[in-house]
This record gives sequence, structure tokens and C-alpha cells, in this order.
Amino acid sequence: MSLPSGLARREMFLKIAMLFNGVVGVLLAIPVVGYLLAPVARGRKPGYESWISLGSIDQFPSGQTRLATYRNPVAHAWDGDSADIPCWVRHTDGDRFQVFAINCAHLGCPVRWFPQSGLFMCPCHGGAYYADGARASGPPERGLFEYPFKILDGSLHIQAGEMPTPGLSAGIYDQKPCTRRPPCA
Amino acid sequence: MRLMQKLGDWFDRRLQLGTPIRETMQHPIPRDTASWFYVFGSAALTVFGLQLVTGILLAFIYVPSAGEAWSSLQILNQQVTLGWFIRALHGWGSNFMLAIVLIHMVQVFLFGAHKYPRELTWVVGIFLLLMTLGMAFTGQVLRFDEDAYWGLGIGASIVSRVPVLGPALVTLVLGGPIIGGATLSRFFALHVFVVPGLLILFAGLHVLLVLKLGINEWPMPGRLVRRSDYVEKYRALTRTEGVPFVPYGVWKDAVFSGLVLLCIAACALYFGPFGPTGQPDPRVIQAAPRPDFFFLWLYALLSLLPPALETPVLLIGPVIALIVLLALPFVSGEGEKSWKRRPIAVLTILLAAVALGTFTNLASHAPWSPVMDAGTGTPIPSHFLSGRTPLQIQGALVFQSKQCHNCHALGENGGKRGPALDAVAVRLTGDQLVRQVLQGGGNMPAYGKNLNPAETTALVAFLQTLHPAGQAAAQDASRTARVQP
Repeated sequence: MSLPSGLARREMFLKIAMLFNGVVGVLLAIPVVGYLLAPVARGRKPGYESWISLGSIDQFPSGQTRLATYRNPVAHAWDGDSADIPCWVRHTDGDRFQVFAINCAHLGCPVRWFPQSGLFMCPCHGGAYYADGARASGPPERGLFEYPFKILDGSLHIQAGEMPTPGLSAGIYDQKPCTRRPPCA
Repeated sequence: MRLMQKLGDWFDRRLQLGTPIRETMQHPIPRDTASWFYVFGSAALTVFGLQLVTGILLAFIYVPSAGEAWSSLQILNQQVTLGWFIRALHGWGSNFMLAIVLIHMVQVFLFGAHKYPRELTWVVGIFLLLMTLGMAFTGQVLRFDEDAYWGLGIGASIVSRVPVLGPALVTLVLGGPIIGGATLSRFFALHVFVVPGLLILFAGLHVLLVLKLGINEWPMPGRLVRRSDYVEKYRALTRTEGVPFVPYGVWKDAVFSGLVLLCIAACALYFGPFGPTGQPDPRVIQAAPRPDFFFLWLYALLSLLPPALETPVLLIGPVIALIVLLALPFVSGEGEKSWKRRPIAVLTILLAAVALGTFTNLASHAPWSPVMDAGTGTPIPSHFLSGRTPLQIQGALVFQSKQCHNCHALGENGGKRGPALDAVAVRLTGDQLVRQVLQGGGNMPAYGKNLNPAETTALVAFLQTLHPAGQAAAQDASRTARVQP
């Protein structure tokens, strides 16, 4: 069998050209993937969490549960209201606090506090929690997420920055991080 | 006329499009296929076209910024001339597109069109279904209101349950640690560039496959598909009783597509655009987020599944469903096409329709959600109160003030989370009522810490009056037993 002159050479050129393009493609893909995964990498290294003040502890009378809000420590200029995060602050007594995330531990809907019945209720799928955040009924598999807190110069600080989700529960949002004294920091 | 002909020839020599267009128009279709049952695919494509046009029109005004998206929707609704109508067309177009895609899929399945040699047309169709669902979900996010905000929270919570990778995936989906500007921007990119681009690509491939392989013939009971001779038989069929697609088949497509567009316009005109509901401000916690119509069944499923089953069902269920759908044409690629001889196929469709319909219907009542303001906003009907003692009336007050009404109905009013209490005294004795209230159980929280003894006594006194006129309240047998003398 006889090939037209130079065909084998051209086929080799084609292979080299394809290989060259493949290498260039992979080289370009590296920064693209890095760009796409940036939010995840950022969350791992410097982390999204930091200590933020919820204001003076005088706003949270002993024995009551009140709504507080904070501006998320990591926010863009164009986040608008969406970076203003609410949370429930329960002042048991003295310097014992519990700070609950607004998000239901089932699927993240906003739970509401009913002081008369002493329950947090979720409007979505019917989860309910007791005053101390423990699961009372409904689909949640655990109690409310809690933020670690500390008291500095008479104001309440919490460690926050990332929306708590059921999958994060193994991390910092453990169910009972800090109800004992002195508060963990 | 001669000039037109000359002009046409001039362009065709340069574009070389005349022959392929003519061949496409005149490709033979089996005569029976020029049927009203075969109009759904083209209608889906037409509605997709409407979505592209209205979507581009909306992008003239819409601002994909978490801080401003909601206001730009308000401006579209209130200030821009006919902005509300374009939004309504896009919103109703989305619902119609999903509905037509589903009907198209059912028709294709029942007519056996997924069988040999059209397996890959079906597979591409499954991808098109996924993308259409993806467009519906991302579109709901772009309508950046409180439903979108909390809907994203639900999506993130589901994603977070993926083993090991969950939290990283959440950050990837949200574009950051919280639902915010980065989240909306990436959903905008997905909804406007990525998914529509893929949709155009796959829809083109889908149509190309239909043209190349020929439209499915009308299924005749007893005419079996065999890989060995199907293609020849189909060729013979189109040779003997084939008719050109234009005009035999296409006029019905055109009429139906026009009808669908008219229906969308009528719905848009009459019902108007969807939302936006409240602002996407997480501080407004009086939100009771609800998903859009086509995700209501999922909302019901998430409420009704036992907690322990939820994560496995959420993570494994979609994978199994996808595998079943993708494997279908390869498992049953031959044999009977007609639905008249495929009872299991028909039953599967009926079962799926009844299940989805039931879940959707349940979700529109959401009996599992407490009525959050029933304690203050829903009075106890007066016939439950008249003729009661002061203690019992006091108990009714406890019932209201402790939000029992949020979960328990009295005379059709109030929550449906727990059982209605109209006749609770028939079911439970006084002691049993005390136990249930204080200790909870059966999905009811325990109220022991939040009711003092006086409140409990009053509440149970009231509950014991709740029995129908002709039916006595339950009695503890040990208390009424008399020793025979």
C-alpha cells in the first residue's frame, strides 16, 4: 500500500498540533477552574467567620428571647438587604446567652419565636423548637443552630459569617457549643 | 416575479440553503402522523422562542444585583410601559413550557417513540427536561423576592446534605458564605447564558434527530419494533403512505402553537405577572415562603417524608429517577409501541400523575405548616364558648394565648398541623389530655414548662367541653366503675 507522498508526515503534524492544543487547553482550564472554585477556597483558608458585635447586652433582658440583626462580615457593596442577617438572642441569666441562627435546621426557613408558648415555629414544613433551641417536633433532625458568643466590654459578640446549613452542623454550629460558663470564645 | 426568482437564485448560489430547506419541508412523514397528538414538541419549541424574546426584553430593564433586582422588578411592573405584560408573558410562558414539555414526554412514552432507533432522541429529551426545570428554578431566583431568598436557603440546605462535599457545594452554589449579591449574579449567568445556550444546542440536536430518523409512525397494536427490520419497514411505510411534512403535518403544529401563544397571552393579560412578593430582606422574618407551582410537589414531599428518610430520598431519589429515565429506551427498545398493549406503561403514567397531583394539591393547602398568626388572628367560633363556666372560658383564653390554635383547628379555623380538636373530649379523658399537653408526644411539643398548673387545669377544662352534643366525653373507666353491691 502506498500513501500519497508526505501524508504520514502531515498526520504526525496533525497529532502534534492536537497535542499542542490540548496542552494549551489544560493550561487555560487551570485558572478557569480556580476562578470558579474561588468561593470554596476562600471559605477554607482565611475563612468567612469573624467576631461581630450584636450591641450592648442591655438590649437583651434576662429571661427573654429577642431578635437581633448584624451585617454579615463578608459582604459586597451590592448585597443590599440580603447581608443583614437576623438571629435570636436568648438571655438566660447573668452572662449566660444562647444565640440561635434564624434558619430552621430542617431546610433553612426563618423560624419565629412565640414567647407565650415558649416555642420557635417554622412556617415552611412545620418544625418546632423549645426555648433552648432543642427540637420539639416536625421534620428537623436536630435543634436550632447556635452561634458561639462572648461578652466584651458589656456587648455581646458572636462568631458568624456563613449561613448555617444541616451539612455544616459538624463544624462550628454544633447544637450546644456554649451554654456553660465561662462562655467559650 | 422574474426579478424575485432571479434574486432568489442569486442568494441560493451563495448561501446554498435552498436544497436542505426544501428537503426538510418535504421530508415524508407517515400519513397517520399528521395528527393532533404530534403537536406538542413543536409547541414546546415555540414557547421556548417566546421565552427567549421576552427574556431578552426583560434584560433591557432588569438589574441582576441583590440590592436592586427587586426594585427593578417593581419598576417593570409599575412604571415601564407594558413592562408588567412582558413579565407576565415570561412567567406564564415558563409554566406553559414546563406543562407542554411534560405532556410531550408522556405522549412520546405512550406512543413508544422512545424505542429503536430513537433512543438517543429520548435521552436528549431528558436533558432538555432537566434544563427546562433548571430554567424554572433559576428563573424563580431571578425574581429576587422573599420566596426566592428563602427558596435559595432551602436549596442550599438540601445541597449541604451531600456527604463530605456538602458545605463546599453550598458555598459554590451561593458564590459565597451567604445568599447575596454573588448568588444572584451566578444564577443570572446560569439563567441567561449557560442553560439557554445548552437548551438551544440540545433542542437543535433533538429536532435534527427527528428529521434524520423520521417522526415516529402511529403505533399499531401488534406491529412490533425489531432492530433487525424496523428501519426498512419504516422506509417502506413512508414510501407507500408517506406525505410531505409541509403542508400535511405542519398546519396542525402551526395552529396548536398559535393557540398556546394565545393562551399564554390571555393568562398574562388576565392574571398578570408573578410577584415579586416581599423584599428579599432576611430581617423580615414574617415570611412564609412557597415555591412556584411546578415545585410544589417537592415542597409537599419535604414536609411529609419521615425525617430519617429525607436525606437519602433527596440525594438518591433524583439519581435513581434519572437512571430510570435514561435507561428506559435501552431496556425497552423493542417490541410493542401501542399504549393499548402496554398496561404497565399506562399505569406508570397514571401513578406518576396521581402522585404529583396529590402532592401539588396538598402543598397548596400546606396542612403541615402551622398557621403562624392563628393565636392572635383567628377567633374561636362562638358556639365553642357559649354556656361555658368561667374556668372553661379561661381555658379557651389559654388555648388562644399559647398558640394552640396555630396547629389545632376548631370549627375549620386554625392550623392543621395537629388534629382538629372539635371532638377531642370524645377521644381523650381529662387525665390523658393533661398528659398530652404537658408531655407532648406524637409530634406535639411538650408544654410542661410553659403552662403553670392553673393554666393547665383551665385549658383541660375547656378541652373537655369539646364533644358533639349527642356524644358524651370520654371517661376514665376506673373512675366510673362501681363495685356491685
